[in-house]
Amino acid sequence: MRSRTRENLAGWLFVAPVVVILGLFMLLPILMALWVSLTGWNGQGSPFRAGVPFVGGDNYARLFTEDGLAREDFMTSIRNNVYYVAVVVPLQTALALFLALVVNKRRTFFRTAFYFPSVTSSVAISVVFLFIFSNSGAVNQLLALAGVDGPKWFSDPRGVIQLLVGDPPAALTEHGVLGLTWWDWLSGPSVAMCAIIALVVWTTSGTFMLMFLAALQNIPKALDEAAMIDGATRWQRFSRVTLPMLKPTMFLVLTLGLIGTWQVFDQIYVMSQGNPAKTTLTPAFLSYRTAFRDFDYGMGTAISFVLFLIIVLMTLFQRWVMRERKA
Amino acid sequence: MKSLAFPAAAAVLLSVTACGSGFDDQQAAPRQQSSGPAALQVLMASSGDAETSAVKQAAEAWAKASGNTATVTPAQDIHQQLGQALAGSNPPDVFYVDASRFADYASVGALEPYADKISDSQDFYPKLRETFTYDGRFYCAPKDFSTLALIVNDDLWKKNGLTDDDIPTTWDELSAVTKKIKGVTPLTFSDTRDRVGVFMVQAGGWITSADGRQATGDSPENLQALQYVKGLLAGKQAQFAKALDAGWGGEAFGKEKAAMTIEGNWIKGAMKADYPGVTFSVHELPAGPKGKGTLSFSNCWGIAAKSKNKAAAISFVEAMTKTDQQLAFARAFGVMPSRQSAKDAYLKEFPTDAAFVNGADHAQGPVNAPKMDSVLADFDAGLQQLATQDPQKILARLQKNTESALG
Repeated sequence: MRSRTRENLAGWLFVAPVVVILGLFMLLPILMALWVSLTGWNGQGSPFRAGVPFVGGDNYARLFTEDGLAREDFMTSIRNNVYYVAVVVPLQTALALFLALVVNKRRTFFRTAFYFPSVTSSVAISVVFLFIFSNSGAVNQLLALAGVDGPKWFSDPRGVIQLLVGDPPAALTEHGVLGLTWWDWLSGPSVAMCAIIALVVWTTSGTFMLMFLAALQNIPKALDEAAMIDGATRWQRFSRVTLPMLKPTMFLVLTLGLIGTWQVFDQIYVMSQGNPAKTTLTPAFLSYRTAFRDFDYGMGTAISFVLFLIIVLMTLFQRWVMRERKA
Repeated sequence: MKSLAFPAAAAVLLSVTACGSGFDDQQAAPRQQSSGPAALQVLMASSGDAETSAVKQAAEAWAKASGNTATVTPAQDIHQQLGQALAGSNPPDVFYVDASRFADYASVGALEPYADKISDSQDFYPKLRETFTYDGRFYCAPKDFSTLALIVNDDLWKKNGLTDDDIPTTWDELSAVTKKIKGVTPLTFSDTRDRVGVFMVQAGGWITSADGRQATGDSPENLQALQYVKGLLAGKQAQFAKALDAGWGGEAFGKEKAAMTIEGNWIKGAMKADYPGVTFSVHELPAGPKGKGTLSFSNCWGIAAKSKNKAAAISFVEAMTKTDQQLAFARAFGVMPSRQSAKDAYLKEFPTDAAFVNGADHAQGPVNAPKMDSVLADFDAGLQQLATQDPQKILARLQKNTESALG
């Protein structure tokens, strides 16, 4: 018994530096932010002194139940981000897997080339993309060669789905939920958002390619050969042998992808600041703007906590979907 | 192992909050430093190297003459840096306050209302004093100001067979002349309230009442203005700068994609630096149904309510807003002095700026009310879609949002 206690103590002693650092720089700021999200603190002096108004759940209520600009902005940002996540995550995962499969057999040049965008500063790449997608930029010139009149990428607020459908049915524009009409909810990512999506898929797929590549090289060759002897086709070997072996990596890539895409900030900050017509507004950027522009720190942190909750729920849901099933 | 986890974590947190007690500050007024030289911290949002070095020079001169010291720091993102400094109760003594953000700072008590202590404070343009007045108190001294005017490309003007007599002075003339210009877009400006707003002022409307307490967004005057602009856009007589592949009106104008633009006096510097070959002239904006109107932009020298060196800070601002000093700033980085007594001397040196300076008499400052940033961003989003949307709806939205922000 005595030696067990000593062992425990020693264990805690060893992890103490990490506990202190994590507590000081992660847990404590999070708890402080949680407190701020329950107050009407206006950014003057400390939020922990007497006199800072405590508003309870008001900041959260304004985001969800009160009809107003705050809720509309927040719901718009959620809508934008849902479309963003729904497009980026599958695309970047598929592209990363594809690149990894290609690169797995070939030499280092392509590995470096594909990984390059991931190690370049996202701000620098964003600025380059601003040029590529400008009205007379490379993308539109290529489209012009093909006889297509390219859109004005960063000033076009129309949603892609809205563009395909054309005139909205009245039933959708007259009714809605949570401050937006159904037609607004169903808009799809705007043309401007599509440009940002292209950029993000291109930059992040390199990192995830590296993870897939590491996993691919861990798969024993013998498995593949055994399947070959059994007469499996190339596609069967990929879908029945390689993919199942990649499942843990797939989970990792999807999780990191989900978290990263829900938190998208720097591309938005550099490229569009939420414009045109709020179609690239995301919760992370909205939180920043609400806190630092409107001095509404309570609401800003409330948004970030809702975002946190969304990410946790999505990750749990994904874990549940990808859980080990007993045959 | 598990049983120890909670006490350990709690101990860590407790020790941490103990360190954090330094956060708590007294609500009472900050104690003023009474003797000895003051060390002023000045935070500026610089437009470029020219401004930074001019302000540093002026600060040094003041420091030498008064026996204090002044450290001038140009900010990367002044709102964020100020936000952090104010939250930490340790703001710079003196800092630039943008007119469009002034009410936010004043309403949370970050600013010291000192402006009436500056000598001859009635000399500042009345419109500028109004811009930096909150709840009836004149808070901070205007640093300088800019207004919008009509910038005309002289070559394109001549090429279209137009003369000086064709320079539009009314909305009707503007409609007429924009129909005559062929080959390029006649008029361009940015798709924000900071440009489209001039038409609202010319029609006699604005987003809020003069004291910033009432929402006046859905007035018939504003509707008339937006319908007029929508008409210009529909006939391609005017196009937003973004549609011409430009970040702002000056860029589209400099690239000669448009014959006219609505911009402020900063365009002189931009044209000289980026498009030296383009000859242009500056004219007052055409008058609307309710007469002349333009918008003004300005910064003031804010003094932190929590500053420990208020007396020295006021003396610093006093030196910075002297007529001679403002003229020196004007020469260095092309701003217009905020004092009426400097007007004649300024016009003598920069006669082509008459249209900008004269704008001061009928210029509307930015919306002077707190918590309006997201409302105005929403209005901008509406204006971006002016070509396809109903102006009435855009204004109704603005009205509803402004009302709820003003409370």
